Amino acid sequence: MLSFDLLRDAIVLGLLLGCFYAAVSIGLSISFGLLDVPQVAHPAFLVLASYGVYYCNDRFEIDPLLAGLLLTPLFFVLGLVTYRVYYETFEKRGNDAAVRGIAFFFGVAFIIEVLIILQFGVDQRSVNAAYIGKAWRIAGMRIPFRQLVAFGVALLLTVSLAVYLSKTFLGRAIRAVAQDQEGLRLMGANPVRIKQIAFGIATAVLAVSGALLIIVAPVEPTLDRVYIGRTFCIVVMAGLGSIAGTLIAALILGVAESIVLTMFGASWAPAISFALLLGVLTVRPQGLLGR
Amino acid sequence: MWRSNIAFWTGAIVFIAAALLMTHFIQNEYPFFAGYGVLQFIVLTVAWTILGGYAGYVNFGTNAFFGAGVYTAVLLVEAFAAPLLLQIAVAAVVGCLLGLGVGLMTLRMRGIFFSIATIALAIIVETTVTNWRFVGGAAGIQLQRPPATAPFDSYVKMLFVVQALLVVVAVATTRGIHNSRIGRGLHALRDDELAAECTGVPTLRLKLTACALSGALISAGGAPAAMYLQYADPSSAFNLNISVSVLAMALIGGTSHWIGPVLGAILLGTTQQMLAVTISSEVNVLVLGIMLVLFVVGAPKGIIGLLSRSKPRAGERP
Repeated sequence: MLSFDLLRDAIVLGLLLGCFYAAVSIGLSISFGLLDVPQVAHPAFLVLASYGVYYCNDRFEIDPLLAGLLLTPLFFVLGLVTYRVYYETFEKRGNDAAVRGIAFFFGVAFIIEVLIILQFGVDQRSVNAAYIGKAWRIAGMRIPFRQLVAFGVALLLTVSLAVYLSKTFLGRAIRAVAQDQEGLRLMGANPVRIKQIAFGIATAVLAVSGALLIIVAPVEPTLDRVYIGRTFCIVVMAGLGSIAGTLIAALILGVAESIVLTMFGASWAPAISFALLLGVLTVRPQGLLGR
Repeated sequence: MWRSNIAFWTGAIVFIAAALLMTHFIQNEYPFFAGYGVLQFIVLTVAWTILGGYAGYVNFGTNAFFGAGVYTAVLLVEAFAAPLLLQIAVAAVVGCLLGLGVGLMTLRMRGIFFSIATIALAIIVETTVTNWRFVGGAAGIQLQRPPATAPFDSYVKMLFVVQALLVVVAVATTRGIHNSRIGRGLHALRDDELAAECTGVPTLRLKLTACALSGALISAGGAPAAMYLQYADPSSAFNLNISVSVLAMALIGGTSHWIGPVLGAILLGTTQQMLAVTISSEVNVLVLGIMLVLFVVGAPKGIIGLLSRSKPRAGERP
């Protein structure tokens, strides 16, 4: 039976986990939520970033978080290129772009997955750092440092992105392009360029998220399949493009997964995000804080 | 119309007769073992096209329907030692209900949400099966094949012919839909759902019909796989590779006509069988992914689009 202590532990760990989920979903919240790009390859990029961090850590013993930061410019360029290809081949041509766009990103996800397998093999990989493996004991609870680091960085990332989107000129332009592309064009701005930069930012954030992913737990090449559910569940539940909603939705998912894990065991955990996603799509497709 | 019907059914009869003759004259079992794989993908891809091609709703959950078919067969064998044809029939019913269920939940939404929801469905069904001890749980389950029935001297040959029959059923259904009111309605809603709805096309009902039929055929096509491999486990029965293969085959072949997915499945299915034997299954998926991306970017109408581009028909804009 579920005791109070177990429940409390599950909720605390779930909140930490939720913040981490927010960090891995926030890029998708921009690319899919604001820009309407069916970025199904988002989790594949995430895992790719983790492997990049693993490579830096394994080869040059760079701290995983620093490695994530170093990879950011690379991922920014990757995002710019990806959006340009998507725009030129699908968005510009209009007609049935959605169907083929989804297939395109699905194909890209699989290519990334296989390339990782060919390069690194199918074994699990993890990173080394001073804060991994230690834990903080408080009030009879054991909170792993790796969760705390992920929690802190995730919170910082989410808040700074939210501020960026609401306070800076470019951030506001990105939100404007999501609302009315034609209007922006009439104001003399180039919506495609702004969307491209926004997609670049969404992808760049993934480099840091990828570092968190491999700090929290070992990664394997096919990990992206589970994260398709988690990230899309969060972004859809949040109400497309809402940063605050992303954080709330991620916390809900984190706590739900953590409680199910404690009560029914790990084998049911993968289904939680997908069940929540199906539930949200059926009951409230506009999400919690829908625009 | 009438003449093309005659041509189609003559072709189907010749196809089945050829499959039967093969089982009679070829002793080596390997061609049937490999051929079964290609035939299976023809069924899955053609069935996928009903919703994915005609209606433009991309189903990523082919693996959910496929795995549901496999595990329906496993369940029936374990519980009642049911015969193969019964396994296929029940699997079709299960697939149909699954299609209706997921359709009711998600088909009111834009395409991408449907796609994501179908992945969700696959993971949920897989997790349920993983936690279900009676059908083997995560470790999988071994199955014993019964002896082959009369005209066939081995079980693999029998499965080959059964799958060939399923190919005919799937293609005939898809072709029938293409030429019917349902097909025209689906085309209309793919081009502009709002306009179709306004002119009185019952879009939701058509999409549900398409989803249920497509699901039934995919599950039926998956059901014999349990006996084919004599083994089933959740992570391979619900493997996402099945979905990406079917998606690639359909889009590479072209989805505007039923011959497209057939061509795509034959081409890629054969390549896959050869690559899996000669190199490795990873390279297999890599080739598949690259082909998919190349075709989606460069040849949006697939092989049939490339073929018909060389001789544009009268009245068609270039």
